[in-house]
Amino acid sequence: MVIDCKHVWNYISEYLDGTLPEETRDTVQKHLDHCEICSAVLDSTRNVIILIADDRVFELPVGFSERLHARIDLEFMRIEP
Amino acid sequence: MIAAVLAGEIQVYHELIRPYERSVYVMALSYMKNREDAEDVAQEAFVRAFRKLASFRAESKFSTWLISITINEARTRLRRRMLVPMEPLDQVPNEDRGISPALLRDWHEIPSEALERDEVRVLIQTAVEQLPEIYRQVFLLRDVEELTISETAKALNISIPSVKVRLHRARLMLQKQLAPQLRTVNRTSKRRWLPWS
Repeated sequence: MVIDCKHVWNYISEYLDGTLPEETRDTVQKHLDHCEICSAVLDSTRNVIILIADDRVFELPVGFSERLHARIDLEFMRIEP
Repeated sequence: MIAAVLAGEIQVYHELIRPYERSVYVMALSYMKNREDAEDVAQEAFVRAFRKLASFRAESKFSTWLISITINEARTRLRRRMLVPMEPLDQVPNEDRGISPALLRDWHEIPSEALERDEVRVLIQTAVEQLPEIYRQVFLLRDVEELTISETAKALNISIPSVKVRLHRARLMLQKQLAPQLRTVNRTSKRRWLPWS
């Protein structure tokens, strides 16, 4: 079976997660092997996800943990003065 | 540890929540869009979780339970302040409308070192914040906090097919928004390193 680019885009997410049925995965793979646009879409999507998931993107503010646990201690004092 | 806290060893709660500080903060930040409010929401969520701990049921994961409390806390605050119109949580994505990615002819990998630069981090944070709520929640839980599809579905109280559809859309929306921008930023950065003459 041959599929066009638009169909391949619908499978990008499941392709990345490795959850496509084998037959569909093979069909998508064949398309990717000769379509540089879809390959770039796949590579850039994977790259974007990896960058966003990096701990440096959403860093905890300095002192976050200390302030949080101090707030929780206040709550403890409220119930056990 | 939960049993210990409920039995009166409340100090154990400090240790219980340590692994989840970042997940709760990231989820709060995605709603509140500034660090101070996100920290406030995160603190309140942990305090609420402590107060409600007796109602926690062991069949769900503590992390997904905490995330639900955080989302509720953030939504309540935003609604109270009427900062943004809230989207209904059970909104069903329109499955008929496909999402087109940004079309590129080639892709040169952006290395994670690029994240050392403030402008790159801000680009990425803004793109995530701008996602519609139903996509942002799923993306953060699955791709940033690395929950499984099924844990994500439980945390958000939605079906597994909904998680998959929303995740797919979120990923393509982020690719569409970020891939062209990151490519440009990456080129600018390389040019900066050329020797001046």
